[in-house]
Parts: sequence; C-alpha cells; structure tokens
Amino acid sequence: MIAELGHYFLVLALGLTVIQAIFPMIGAARGSDRMMMLGQPAAYGQFFFSLLAFLALTYSYLISDFSVSVVARNSHSLKPLLYKISGVWGNHEGSLLFWVMFLALFGAMVAYFGKGLPKSLRARVLSVQAMVGIGFYLFMLLTSNPFDRLSDVPFEGNGLNPLLQDPGLVFHPPFLYLGYVGLSVVFSFAIAALIEGRVDPAWARWVRPWTLLAWVFLTIGIVLGSWWAYYELGWGGWWAWDPVENASFMPWLVATALLHSAIVVEKRDTLKSWTILLAIIAFSFSLLGTFIVRSGIITSVHAFATDPERGLYILVFLALVIGGSFLLFAIRSDKLQAGGLFAPISRESGLMINNLFLSVAAAVVLYGTMHPLLSDAFFGVKSSVGPPFFNLVFSLLMIPLVVTMVYGPHLKWKRADIKGVNQRLMAVTGIALLAGLMTFYVTYGGAIMPAIWIGIGVWLLLSSLQELASRIKLFQAPFKDSMSRLRRQPRSSWGMTLGHFGFAVGLLGIVGTSAWTIEAQKVMGLGEDMTIGDYRLTLKDVIPVAGPNYTAVRGIISVSPKNGAENGEIFIAYPETRTYVSSPITTTEGDVKTTMAGDLFIVIGESQGQGRWGIRAYYKPMQVWFWIGTIIVVLGGLISLSDRRYRIGSPQGQKASRKMKHAP
Amino acid sequence: MPLKRFLPLFIFAGILIAFMIGLSLKPSEIPSGLINKPVPDFSLPPLQGDGIGLSTADLIDPENIVIVNFFASWCGPCRVEHPALELLGKLDGVKLHGIAYKDRPKNSLSFLKSLGNPYDKIGADLKGRVAIDWGVTGTPETFIIKNGIIRYQHIGPIHQMQVDDLILPIIKNLQQEGAS
Amino acid sequence: MKFLLIPVLFMTLVLNAAAIGVDKDRLQDPAQEDRAQHIMKQLRCLVCQNQSIVESDAELAQDLRAIVREQIIAGETDAEIFKFMTARYGDWVLLKPPFNSATAILWLGPIALLLIGGFLIFRTIRQKPEQDVTRPLTAAEEKHLKKIMKDNN
Repeated sequence: MIAELGHYFLVLALGLTVIQAIFPMIGAARGSDRMMMLGQPAAYGQFFFSLLAFLALTYSYLISDFSVSVVARNSHSLKPLLYKISGVWGNHEGSLLFWVMFLALFGAMVAYFGKGLPKSLRARVLSVQAMVGIGFYLFMLLTSNPFDRLSDVPFEGNGLNPLLQDPGLVFHPPFLYLGYVGLSVVFSFAIAALIEGRVDPAWARWVRPWTLLAWVFLTIGIVLGSWWAYYELGWGGWWAWDPVENASFMPWLVATALLHSAIVVEKRDTLKSWTILLAIIAFSFSLLGTFIVRSGIITSVHAFATDPERGLYILVFLALVIGGSFLLFAIRSDKLQAGGLFAPISRESGLMINNLFLSVAAAVVLYGTMHPLLSDAFFGVKSSVGPPFFNLVFSLLMIPLVVTMVYGPHLKWKRADIKGVNQRLMAVTGIALLAGLMTFYVTYGGAIMPAIWIGIGVWLLLSSLQELASRIKLFQAPFKDSMSRLRRQPRSSWGMTLGHFGFAVGLLGIVGTSAWTIEAQKVMGLGEDMTIGDYRLTLKDVIPVAGPNYTAVRGIISVSPKNGAENGEIFIAYPETRTYVSSPITTTEGDVKTTMAGDLFIVIGESQGQGRWGIRAYYKPMQVWFWIGTIIVVLGGLISLSDRRYRIGSPQGQKASRKMKHAP
Repeated sequence: MPLKRFLPLFIFAGILIAFMIGLSLKPSEIPSGLINKPVPDFSLPPLQGDGIGLSTADLIDPENIVIVNFFASWCGPCRVEHPALELLGKLDGVKLHGIAYKDRPKNSLSFLKSLGNPYDKIGADLKGRVAIDWGVTGTPETFIIKNGIIRYQHIGPIHQMQVDDLILPIIKNLQQEGAS
Repeated sequence: MKFLLIPVLFMTLVLNAAAIGVDKDRLQDPAQEDRAQHIMKQLRCLVCQNQSIVESDAELAQDLRAIVREQIIAGETDAEIFKFMTARYGDWVLLKPPFNSATAILWLGPIALLLIGGFLIFRTIRQKPEQDVTRPLTAAEEKHLKKIMKDNN
C-alpha cells in the first residue's frame, strides 16, 4: 500500500513539475505576473510530494517489505537500522529518487530564498530547474521505478554489499548528490541569464552562494568517499582515478573554476560568457557522472547494475539538456557584452590562468576516463588509463596552477605590480626553496618530484598566510590596528585564505603519502613480530568476534618502537577481517594510528593455517594532513557562505552591488 | 553569431557519438593479446602418471584444426560449456586438447569421469604459469589454432548456441583457408 | 548475452580479492623490491576492475606479482618485464598507456589545450588596451565634470 502511495506521489510530483516548467517560462516571456507566480507553489508542491515518495520508499526499507523489488534486491532484515536507511540510496532506483528529491529541494529553496530576485529571472530559473526534473521523473517512472512490486515475495532480502556498510559510505552519496544537484541551480541561473540576455555583477552575486554551496557539498562528498576507500578497502589507498571517482572530480574542478571566474564577473563585469559556459559544463559533468555510473559504458568497481535501455534513455536526456544548453549558448552568448579592462599582470589575469589550468585538468580527466572507450571504438585497441598516467600528468599540470595560487591573491585588480609582489614574497619564497632543498637532501637518491612539490606546497602555505598578514598590515601598523583589521576582514576573504591555506596543507599531505609510503607484510604466528619504518609490530593474540550481521577475526597487535622495545608499547592495534552472514564477502577493518608525522595502518588477513595470520602494514607519511587540509577548505567555504553580503537569498544582493559601484 | 561559440556544442556532439558507440561495446570483455601469434612454448605433465601430457608439439598439427580449452573442476562455467566441448571434440579434422588450470589432478579426473572426457590429450597446469603464457585470465578459455598459430580466443564459457553461430563458422573458415 | 555471463565467471576470482593475502616471496634486497613495487603498480589486475596488481588479492594478480619478482631476480630490465606482459595481454595490461597513434590525443591533448587556452588568454589581454583609447569628453560629460568640480569646491 505504502509503495503504491509512493508511486502515486511520484506521479503527482511530475505533474507539478510540468506546471513549474511551463507557466513561469511563458509568464516571463509575456510579462504575466500571474503565470510567473505559479512557479513558487509548484516548486513547493513538487518538493513536498517527492519527499513523501522518498519517505514511502524509506518506510518500505525500514519494515523490510520484500515485496518491493528494490528492497528485496538491496536490503536484508538483519541489517542495522543505519544501513537499512542508507540502503535507500545505495542502488540505482533509490539513488535516482534521492537525486530528484534534492532537485526539487533546491527548486523550492530558489522559490523561497529568491524573493529578492527580479521576477522574470526567478520564474525562468524555476522553469529550467523543473525541465531538468521532468527528465529525471520520466527516467524513473519509465525505466527504473523504485516502487515496482515483486509477484513472488522472497522470504529474505539479498542484503547490501558489506563493503558499503560503513558510516563513511552512508553519508558519502547524499553529500555528493547535494553537490551534483546544487550545480543544477547554477545551471538554471545560467540558462535563465542566456534567455534574458543579461549577465551582470548582480547576477554573479546571486549565483555565488549557490555555486559555493554546491561546491562545499561536492567537496565533502568526494572526501567522504575517499576516506571510506582509505579505511575500508584495506590497501591504504584513497584515490584510484577510477571512472566513478573521476566523474565526481570533473564537476569539482569545473565548479572550482566557476567559483573563481564568477568573482571576475562580480567585481569587474567581464569574462561573462566564459562563466556561463562553465556553469553549463559544471552541471553537464554532474549529469555525465550520473550517466557513467549507470550506463555500464565504462568499467568501474562502483558501477550500478547496467541496462542498455537505461543507457539509451540517459543518452537522449543528456543530448537534450546539454546539447540544448550549448545551442542556446551559441545563439545567445554574444548578447553578453564584456566590461572592465585590465592589464596583463592583474588579478583578472591570475584568475583566468587559474581557470585555464582547472579546465585543462578537467579535460584531462574527461579524456583519460573516456580514452579506453574511444580507443576501443576507433582503433579497436583495448587500453587502460590508470593512476600512473593521471598522477604523472597532474603532478606536472598542477605546478603552474599552484604558482598562480601563490601570486593571484597578491595581485591587485586591473593592474598589479609584479615586482612589488615578488619583493613581498621574498622571505616566503626563500623558506619554500629551503624546504624543497632540505627535502631533496634528506631523500637524496630518491625521486626529485616530491622535493619540488614540498617546496611548492610550503610556498603556497606561507604565501596564503602572508597575504592575510599584508591585508591586515601586520607589523606595518600597530599590532592593535592589525588585530582590529583582522576582525573586520569580510568572511568571503577568510574563505579565500582558508581555502588556499587548506589546499596547501592537503597538498603537502598528498605529496607525503604518495611519495614515501612504505609497506610491509608477513605471515606471523602468536608472539612473532615484524618491523615497518620505526615501528615493531608484535602479534599478541587473535580472537573471534561476533557483530550484528557478521563474524570477525580480530588481531591484537602491540606496536612498539623498532629499536628499544623495552620502552614499551606505544599502542595496541585491533584490525579485523569480517565475514558477513548475508553474502560470502569478507571485508577488512584496518586499524590506524594517526600522528601528524604519518599514519600507521595495520590490516589482518584470514588465517593461513597452523595458527598463523597474514599481517599487512603501511606507514603513510603525512596522510592526516590531507584530511585536515580538506576540513580547512570546507570550513573556508562555509565561512565564506555565511558572509552577509552573499548569503543565499540575501535581499541585499542587488542593493549591495549598487552600493559597491558607488563606493570609491 | 561567431562560429567559435558553437565549439562547445560540437565537442559535446563528439562526446555523445563516442558514448553511442560505447553503448554497443562491452568494456568488461577482456581483449586477446595472442591472436595470430604462434602458440607459446610449454610442456605439461598429464593428469596421471609421468611423462608429457600436452606440449607445444601437439598443437602444431598440419592435418587438423586444434582447439585448446582451459578448464578446472572448481569452475562452474566449465560445467556449463561441457556439452559444447563434447560436440567440438567429435568433429572431423578437429583435435580438442585440455589444460587443467590450477586444479588437483584427482579432482580433474573425477570431473571428467562424471561429465565425460571430450579431450584428446590433457596437460595439468598446477601452478597456472602456462596459462599466463597463453594470456589466460580465468577459466574457461578456449583457443582455436591452425598450424601452430592462435587464430581465435574465446573468453568465458562457450554456450550451446554459440557453437553454431560462432565457433563452427570459425572452424569452417579456417579449414577452407587451407584448401584454397 | 555472452557478456552478461562474464561477471559470473569472475565471481570466484573477485571474491578472493577481498581476502587479505600476503606475498611470501618478497625480495630480500629493498632496492629490488622497490623496483618490483614500482612495476607492479603500473600493471593492471586483469580480472579486477581498474586496480593494479599491487592492490589485488586475486590469484592471477598474485601469480603476476610472483612473475615480476622472478624476472627481476633473473636480471630482466623494466622494459623487458613490461614486454613480457604486453605480449600476453596487450597494451591493456599497462595502466599508463605507451605513446602511439591511438594514444596521441591522450598524451598531447593537455599540451595542445594549454597552448590554445594560453593563446586565447593572451589575445583577450592584448585586445583590451587597444579599446582603451582615451577619447575626448562629450559635451554632456564636460558639463557633468564641471558640476562635480564645482560641488567639490
């Protein structure tokens, strides 16, 4: 009954979406307020019914109603509550419902917070948002109905893949989807602006918080996924350049570029058509990501079950949405007149170079992901593009990007003085050089790239602090003045400082862990030991453990310093290998000892017989820097988002921009 | 309306076409690296007793088309394709040999005893190293060989309908190739 | 139909992949083992999806690791080991594809895009100052200016 209701709500939501798509658009063209006003209630109603549909499916999961096909295929009555809920979006049909509910949510948010927008712009944004929604509702209802019933009701469900039963993976998809779908708002704003033929600083101000919000969600989503891979997969890896990972990375890169180019539109009223294009591309990548996961076109460990019919539908949908947008762009974008002028050395140029490298990076990921497909289709050669390729290209491509990040924030708008900046950065540059040389010296005989990268990372780290210091005139003005300047810094500029600083911290972590990870493995009996780096691991005991829906073997491993075990153990690690009841899969729960210097990551395998177990350990230098860096970046995004001048729905949006123009 | 503004549209059209072609391909299929290359050098013991079970020399046969099938008793799909192999083994001008992949000879023998033995000769690849020389990634895999040159590699089980639609035409072609 | 069965075929292998194995034949010489690791990271685990043989416990990956180590002991060069692999599995086994006509876009594309993008930026920046020609003020502007000057006084 509940499932039928859910289906019914879905159809109702579709009906409202059609209304939301048609009337505001016509109303905006004809200047009819009454038709435009239909957009808001339709958006609220659509969200309401899609939420009800989602709750209906969640309910079916909670009561383990195995007569619903998706529940039977993906759930199990013994599954812990948390995973019953997360199971809702852990599969193709459910995740689509999740997507579309978020899409409706964002539409409703535009309707609610968009009161300060010009009526026609808001109406058009809502309409475009709804058009995308229609595609998703139809896709779901025609090819992947989450409420399909089974005629033969199974006694027990298939269960969720145990690998996915992890807190990291409960929250990873929702954030990722919020990011993907958040970009739809930016997209709708871009399409609406193309239709209106007007992009100005006020537009950039309205779009900025939405971009930032989507970007923050996307960042959190990606990092949670990577955190899950790190802890759960047992290889200590956190980024594998898998097609599905790439699919989330591409919109992130483009959204990052968009975040920066929108600043140029806002402050200098130029780079408009490029910014519009980025907004379209960012959302296109979101859709493409959804496509790649579901089409079976590209092999991936993360892919959902594939179905050619669905693939074809998505292809047509993509062609309409993305192709239509690009066509509109081609026809209308020359209406966007460029504004402000600037010199070759200026903040504007810095941001353009930033955009160049981010876009090329996105293109590399796109082509690298598609290359196996293209190579097969056009050359008949099966080909692989994996981490060694991407790591190489990115380690080269990111150098100029980071250099731009070092200089950019120091450059003034319109015309900047590079000599002055160089002078200001002298001390910072010196320390960075020293750091690079020292790294080179310490690791002499090893690869040279890590040393270069440490130098560059330190450079960025210090220069972002230096930029803040110079903004508050630290050591140039009385200390009290500087402090009061520090307090008066707008939150958006805190966002930039933290964003760049956090990026640098994360970057150093990436360099450390990818350049100097060491690994050791040994088959050990009780009481035996092995060494890794400066540590000695002793296998004290192995005990069986019973969990709610699994049984596990837990190792008790004492970790002490390599030289001088008499100093006693530093800590005890409890790694586990779990075997699940519902499916014959084992998962590893590594135990990690984290310090700022590095992570000690210990994994235990299944018994090798004769009371011996395989133990694998990794020492990953500076791994935690990466996680800390991403937290700082996200924090920066959130702080910037809370800036009063930019807050979503800020009614001052327009006024503030007018004030800016009059400011000296 | 400058043409360069259409560039994103054109690029996207290209990507779309690539995807469309991609939908018809199967990326999880594993490609063959040894097509049109000579059979690898190897020599394997038989399932029982000493001596040579199967070696390169057995595969260089000017008279017959040679089929080599990698199988194992622990492999489910091998049971699926067994009827197809029985059929192929009985064909005129065709020699079917088997290589038992990472399988205890005892188990292989009872597997063949219960299902029937379609093979002419059998080699036991206990460590799976010969399989790697053949570019085999899992069982079952089947190679069609003519004059010691590998002409076709079939990954996964041969289904009943594939015998008529796929395997027999290949064999026929290879046989006629020699005649002309 | 045929391709639908392939996942079934690899089920046994993939399931094994989740169980942690330990290489007992690791090389004694750390430099040699480092070399082995470096090579293995570039070889695709053929029965897994998008994993290198370092990160897989599939039997085939274990065998291939053993082969890499044996060949290093036997004094083979990196190139010879890669050749051994590609002879059997094609370029597909390499996670970093070699440069050839099929991979030209992959390798040269980034450089080409950077050049094109750089050129476009260069042109945008160059163009601007040319438009920035000082023109004499119009009569209305002249009047406005005078008014402002007066106001300031």
